[in-house]
Amino acid sequence: MTAPKSDLPQGTLDLLILKIVALGPVHGYAIAQRLQQVSRDVVQVPQGSLYPALHRLENRDLLAADWSETESGREAKFYRLTRKGRKALETEAASWQRLSDAVGLILGMAEGGAQ
Amino acid sequence: MKWWQRLWRRNQMEEQLDKELRFHLDQQTADLIAQGYDPEEARRQARLTFGGPEQVKEDCRDARGTRWLEDMWQDLRYSLRMLRRNPGFVAVAVLTLALGSGATTAMFTVINGVLLKPLSYPEPDKLVTLREHTEEYGDQWGFAYLSFLDAKHESRSLAMAAWTYGGGTVTEPGEAEYVDGLQISAELFPVLGVTPSRGRAFLPEEDRPGAAPVIIISHSLWQRRFGGSPGAVGEKLIFEGKAYTIVGIAPSGFQLSAEADVFTPLGQNIEPRMQNRDAHFIHVLARLQPGVTLRETQTELALITSHRSKQYPKSDAGRDVVALPLRQELVGDVRPTLWMLLGAVSLVLLIACVNVASLLLARAVSRERELTVRMALGADRGRLMRQCLTESALLGLSGGVLGVLLATIGVRPFVTFWPGSLPRAEEVHLDWRVLLFAVAVSLLSGLLFGLAPALRAPSLELERVLRAGARTVVGSSRRLHSGFVISEIALAVVLLVAAGMLGSMLLRVSSLDPGINIQNAVVARVALSPSVLASPTQARVAWQDLLDRARQLPGVRSVALTDIVPMREGENNLSYWATPVPPPQNEEPLALASSVTPDYLTVMGIPLRQGRFFNEQDRMGHELVVVIDDALAQHAFDGREPVGKHLWIPAISPDPVQVVGVVGHVRHWGLAGDDQSRVRDQIYYPFAQVPDHLMHFFSSVMSIAMRTDIPPLNAVEPLRREMRTAAGDEVLYEVRTMEELVSGSLARQRFLLLLFGIFAGLALLLACIGVYGVLAYLTGQRVPEFGVRMALGASTGNVMQLVLGQGLGIILTGVGVGTVAALAAGRLLQHLVDGMRPAGPATFALMISVLVGAGLVASFVPARRASRVDPMTALRQE
Repeated sequence: MTAPKSDLPQGTLDLLILKIVALGPVHGYAIAQRLQQVSRDVVQVPQGSLYPALHRLENRDLLAADWSETESGREAKFYRLTRKGRKALETEAASWQRLSDAVGLILGMAEGGAQ
Repeated sequence: MKWWQRLWRRNQMEEQLDKELRFHLDQQTADLIAQGYDPEEARRQARLTFGGPEQVKEDCRDARGTRWLEDMWQDLRYSLRMLRRNPGFVAVAVLTLALGSGATTAMFTVINGVLLKPLSYPEPDKLVTLREHTEEYGDQWGFAYLSFLDAKHESRSLAMAAWTYGGGTVTEPGEAEYVDGLQISAELFPVLGVTPSRGRAFLPEEDRPGAAPVIIISHSLWQRRFGGSPGAVGEKLIFEGKAYTIVGIAPSGFQLSAEADVFTPLGQNIEPRMQNRDAHFIHVLARLQPGVTLRETQTELALITSHRSKQYPKSDAGRDVVALPLRQELVGDVRPTLWMLLGAVSLVLLIACVNVASLLLARAVSRERELTVRMALGADRGRLMRQCLTESALLGLSGGVLGVLLATIGVRPFVTFWPGSLPRAEEVHLDWRVLLFAVAVSLLSGLLFGLAPALRAPSLELERVLRAGARTVVGSSRRLHSGFVISEIALAVVLLVAAGMLGSMLLRVSSLDPGINIQNAVVARVALSPSVLASPTQARVAWQDLLDRARQLPGVRSVALTDIVPMREGENNLSYWATPVPPPQNEEPLALASSVTPDYLTVMGIPLRQGRFFNEQDRMGHELVVVIDDALAQHAFDGREPVGKHLWIPAISPDPVQVVGVVGHVRHWGLAGDDQSRVRDQIYYPFAQVPDHLMHFFSSVMSIAMRTDIPPLNAVEPLRREMRTAAGDEVLYEVRTMEELVSGSLARQRFLLLLFGIFAGLALLLACIGVYGVLAYLTGQRVPEFGVRMALGASTGNVMQLVLGQGLGIILTGVGVGTVAALAAGRLLQHLVDGMRPAGPATFALMISVLVGAGLVASFVPARRASRVDPMTALRQE
């Protein structure tokens, strides 16, 4: 049993996955590594919930997958973004940006003291 | 991949999932080794960060979104495997269900065809039948022809058409033959939306007195007499001695309430009753104009009738018109009977369901360990319940499929054996509605009998169950089991008591005195030669001649004529009163009037109570006389001497007529139906005193009745020969012995008794199987207990008593519940079947003792088995 370790807000995992996959075809393990590296270990994705998320996105046709060989010569499942996935990434990212800007503004205002 | 592809490539998907996750783990392990961990530790770390692979796999499967389908597929295969392992159980369950759902589906097939399917006319829901309605006699009235014409012209919301019966003799081409016919108004075919298959319908100008005689013939008459020749349209047909030109051929299968072979224009009829506002013999049907609702029609009709009763207060005061769906008229009175039968048959289905439920429950209890283990391994409760329900749905559906098969076989005999003819019988066959019904019924019953075991199966007390071992877990299931059997028995009581009520009613009613001597009497309708009908005098002579010649036949004791035959269809209800002041309009009492010849009393064997019956002196020119039955004597004269008194019967004469005798009451409306009929009073008047202008009409409805010394049907052929030598175009038809008519009047009740007998028998059988099954199961569970009891000194008798006592307790509780239900059901039955009386204690006692007896026999086997338990073996089992 894996208890959720990350404090990722609801739905952000999908967004992060989409963003990483957008950089080029990549397999599940690499996605997990990339998530950890890029976020400087701040984002702790429970690896157990990564795969259900990948399958869900594939099921919604945001991702497509093919089996091909890695550099080490093993077969792995590589995910890539579909056109629908790219569109979803754009809208999701934009709305996330808006939200985080707004949150930043509010937090900044509290810091300066409202007169 | 589409969802259905995923379903089929399940194995491939599983493989890929496994491969993907393994790749992840391997990769992580490799990385960790590279970081300096030793391989064993690296693998452990990788596993830890990844989490339980099976759990991840489950989550991934859920993410596919087709999980429920996959589960169902899995459940289905699992159920099939389980069921295949218990062929005996499956056979019993499926067969039981097939019987129940088959009977229900067969009944529904009939109801669907007769009551539910729309009529086969265009826009059938716009068709209505119009009836006149009075306070006292309800909406059983037809229209007078003139009222029909008025209403037709005044109504804006309805297109109306009229028809009445009008059979007669066809003499050419071919042999003389009596055919059923209808006189119809020109609007009838257009209003129904039917076009003749050849030729045309009547034109409005043909629907008038004096127009050229035209006729439409049925498809079957066309085949019979013209060999289906296309040239028949335009040919002549001699009908009732008159040459008609055939203008059309009705489509095959066309019929109104009854089949007819000829259709003539109603408006050409010049009988006096066509102009009589008191003669209510016209049936009116109508089609709502586009956009008009039934309610608007009703308002308009109320306006028209109130106007009419002001204009013709003498004939039409107090009369309303009601519009009813046409289907109701065509289907007649079978509706409540059919619904009642469906109700009864559903009880059988319910018993079958309960039976299977208790079988399933027994299995669920013995599978409790299996289910608990599965729960302990992580299966969730809902999932296990679904598994159980899948199994019972599968059973239900297989029962349903077999049931549909049984229904297709069973529905034909049902329609054939229906007493009389079932209306719209040709519409009764399997269609999508029936199939839908069957599927719904079998799924629903599957759910019904699967639910109890399913709800119970995954009990949450895992630990207790696992520790206890399978056998000692009985507890709540015993109560549930007994509950099942109790409800089964209660349902069986309802059906048994209903069958008992019908049986005792038939016994009672069959022994009733019909009021006539039914042995050695035969009646037949007579169509005189059309040539003599034109003249009343000639018709009188022809009838007298027929009587004289029939009387000469060997073996014939006496002969009479009558227009109304007891217990045969046909009636003539006349209003009468016994004081010079008439009662208010349309509130006069009605009496069934028969026009007869003097020997009628002897022929029918009706007892003469007072005064005299008719003789040869009672003819035209002498005082008009009537004879009444004792019901009318009681009703109108209330114990005072009726002979010599007078009655006012406007339909017979404007002046009062003298009562010369009183005779016994005849159960004209059937042995069972007569007591409840609205019109019970009876009047006889001499055929010889029928006025000239009515002679033609009466001649077309008269029947001959003969009392014989030989078997009555043997006298028919000589009579027919005699009639053939006379003119060659006189016809004898609808020959019936009085015995046939009397027994036919109970046909509906007998048929119901037969069906209820079958249902009750089935219910009894199923309930006994239920009692047996449950007791066998419960005693099986208690074997160790019996062992202990016997080891402590209980005798075999004690143990048997114990088990029988338990059985009896269940049975008696069921009987108690069932008795209450049966009382309610009995009241319903009383409403629906003529002649029913409340179920007497004798009926209850008999039926209940049959049930208790059968139930005890069923409990005897398990009781005996229990008493033979060897204490040593039993104790070792524990």
